[in-house]
Amino acid sequence: MTAHLKIDGPDESNRLDGMAQGVIHTPADRPEGPLKVTGTATYAAEWQLDGMATGVLARATITRGKVVRVDAEAARALPGVVDVITDSRLVRNPAQGMANESPVQAPDTVSYFGQPIALVVAETFEQARHAAHALQIQYEVDDGAAVSPEQSDEIDLPEGKQVAQGDLDQAMSAAAFSVDQTWTTPGHNSSAMEPHAAAAEWHEGKLTLRSSNQMLKYNRNEVADALGVDPENVRVLSPYVGGGFGSKLGIGPEAVAAAIAAEKLGRPVRVVMTRQQVYETVLHRSASRQRVRLAADEDGRLLGLGHDFTVYNNVGEVFSEPVAQATHFTYPGAHREIVHRVATVHRVPTGSVRAPGEAIGVTVFENAMDELAEATGIDPVELRLRNIPDRDPESGKPFSSHMLADALHDGAARFGWEGRDPTPRARLEGDWYIGTGMAAAVRVNTVMESKARLCLHPDLTAEVETDMTDIGTGTYSILTQIAAELLGLPLSQVTTRLGDTDLPPGAGSGGSWGASSAGTSVYLAGMKLREQIAEKLGVAETDLTLKDGMAIHGNRTTPLSDLLDGPLEVIGHVEGGDAGETVRQATYGSHFAEVAVNRHSGETRVRRMLGSFACGRVLNEKTARSQCLGGMTFGIGMALTEEMLFDPRDGHIANNDLAEYHLAVNADVPQLEVHFVPERDPWANPMQAKGIGELGICGAAAAITNAIWHATGVRVRDYPATLDKILPYLD
Amino acid sequence: MKTTLTVNGEARELDADTRVTLLDALRHHLDLTGTKKGCDHGQCGACTVLVNGRRINSCLSLACMHDGDEITTIEGLGTPDDMSALQKAFVKHDGYQCGYCTPGQICSATAMLDEIRQNWPSHVSDDLNGPAKLTVEEVAERMSGNLCRCSCYPNIVDAIRDVADAEGGRS
Repeated sequence: MTAHLKIDGPDESNRLDGMAQGVIHTPADRPEGPLKVTGTATYAAEWQLDGMATGVLARATITRGKVVRVDAEAARALPGVVDVITDSRLVRNPAQGMANESPVQAPDTVSYFGQPIALVVAETFEQARHAAHALQIQYEVDDGAAVSPEQSDEIDLPEGKQVAQGDLDQAMSAAAFSVDQTWTTPGHNSSAMEPHAAAAEWHEGKLTLRSSNQMLKYNRNEVADALGVDPENVRVLSPYVGGGFGSKLGIGPEAVAAAIAAEKLGRPVRVVMTRQQVYETVLHRSASRQRVRLAADEDGRLLGLGHDFTVYNNVGEVFSEPVAQATHFTYPGAHREIVHRVATVHRVPTGSVRAPGEAIGVTVFENAMDELAEATGIDPVELRLRNIPDRDPESGKPFSSHMLADALHDGAARFGWEGRDPTPRARLEGDWYIGTGMAAAVRVNTVMESKARLCLHPDLTAEVETDMTDIGTGTYSILTQIAAELLGLPLSQVTTRLGDTDLPPGAGSGGSWGASSAGTSVYLAGMKLREQIAEKLGVAETDLTLKDGMAIHGNRTTPLSDLLDGPLEVIGHVEGGDAGETVRQATYGSHFAEVAVNRHSGETRVRRMLGSFACGRVLNEKTARSQCLGGMTFGIGMALTEEMLFDPRDGHIANNDLAEYHLAVNADVPQLEVHFVPERDPWANPMQAKGIGELGICGAAAAITNAIWHATGVRVRDYPATLDKILPYLD
Repeated sequence: MKTTLTVNGEARELDADTRVTLLDALRHHLDLTGTKKGCDHGQCGACTVLVNGRRINSCLSLACMHDGDEITTIEGLGTPDDMSALQKAFVKHDGYQCGYCTPGQICSATAMLDEIRQNWPSHVSDDLNGPAKLTVEEVAERMSGNLCRCSCYPNIVDAIRDVADAEGGRS
């Protein structure tokens, strides 16, 4: 049986608030926690398959050109080498999120430095790694490839992504206050701790691929399309994924190479990327140049705004970082201009990295708002409060729910913002200038098609099954909690199985929609099971209470097991519908930060950071908070240290490892504070829950750079705010 | 090359290529995949294990260099049904998300608490000779060799301080 819902309008029934088990929202420990902390959760590279060989990717050492010949003689002569795979089905780019088809193949056409070309397979990793270096690849080099947007003469303005309303130039000249500045943000790499990995095994024409991926129903089709086989013959398994942050949305070269090699050799093949390969061949967040214009009246109310930016991608890719995704609706103003430029460059392709668009778009816009606050003399929180639109200012659609003001008030009160002296460089403690800054957080919210099977057994255990993934996000927790809450069972009696394409297809982990989409599918199944139980009792579902294995109706209590003569099974199926078009849906929050900047070195330390977020119903307070900690910490990295450095001659990445691409480490991160502002959004889904995986990064870096300005009087408009950009302006 | 290791209290014989790191020996020769490979260059700490009681990055050490050594991996610290105090605290405080850096964090923290007991100072210690105190700053400093991209650092600090408190070790 299937319980289906297309979300066309609001659901005000709010049934979850009427449940009795009391496990939803609670900070329950992750059910898979004991496996993860004891090293017994098995990740893609860790399956020990009989007779497995190891493959290492061999990659291009030129930027653009043709592979004329792969001379494998020397490599094949080395001990342990099994084969050297060159195959036109190998993919040269990873797939974009939800591509659902093979990414660009043609590995013999080189389009970026480091592009995979071949796979060297040996009995052991050490042998394959050595042999990959012995491969002689001859190229026909096509010189002069543009490796930066500045060098590129192919700049596209994609249709449908540009906005021109009113007359911004006129508004800028008539404005009482204006800001017109340009910011740059560098490329960012997701840098998940688990390198991309795949182990492929064929049996009677069917492929089993153990991989590290975020969206399995698409990944299956991507692999099948690349190989030229029927998706029915492909099974993808990713029960544990060591972080994704967008980098594992689509399949990558390692998965296709492992599958091709395993088929050819008739034995399992494992391919694990080195950390350097992760930097050089996995999709990254495009660097950006963003010009923001703000025109405000005497009271700081926006009359118009402009967001003109350039991002880039490689040949044949249609994704471009949607920098203005939140600009469309965050602030009002009749005069609006968004210019979205995409340069074609021969760098490793770009794609989704945590909160594509808002991560850098909101951040820069919130820097501009801070400059407007300075120009107008209006407190930065107050300035934002004065600029909350009643409706989507571009489309005129109503908001499903708008929590920015609440999040600003909540964050400001908890942080102790009131009474802040806005004067920059006014507070010196020892050798450190101290400053505070804030920013708004905004991220679009959506629901995607998702299915899950929920089975209730007579022994009062239940199972949730879907090919949805848990990439650290807490999917195991929240799906277990939703099922337990609806069925009135303790958490220990519900098991959640994920990450297997043999299970009903889920939404996948991406775009912050995992919890709301996969969660709703479980909710729908659970509600249908409740209806079936109510029917057995001859009562309405709304009059039924399920708690601790008991069915309670009026003054009658029946053991739930008495009502079950066999398992009850329902597949929940949710789809996005008209609700996505009728209203503008987003999550909102506020970031506050206190920094110390060393007067002699220009080094910035984050002393305090607080986020206040509204994301509808919080399904698990513990895992939701952790998601926010993660987002905010990404913001610290973005503000202060993270930067992909591309060699201007050939586009290769100069800092291709974790020693040189600087993630925030423990000592960089103070004891962050996360708070949730209560919200119910009936338009989101019947659970009234929204996504929280990405909101924490949106604007976070701006709170820090705004605080740096407050501490020092220095506006850093070129991210990250490393000390060399501050020091020249200190005394 | 033949090497004898004591891993989690058990003698293990290894006959592997001299290029095999201690990390790959554990993961792919001894079937102990709890120890993780994040960078293979000593930059992330995911491969942290204890060798003769001290924490090291097992990716930076060749297996054949450890003949006769006592190795403790995450599997040796506890099991899902019998977790160590730190493992329990990591679950309670959500000191992990994806779980991939977690074994390294916990091995590292296990050794770090021992370093504290022995009054080893760190870069942020006020007094190089005094008793080591487990402040937030000290834990953060001493755990900065273990990267966590999910960024559970505040929870990791809470988990470790929780265990130190229970042992009366925060001083």
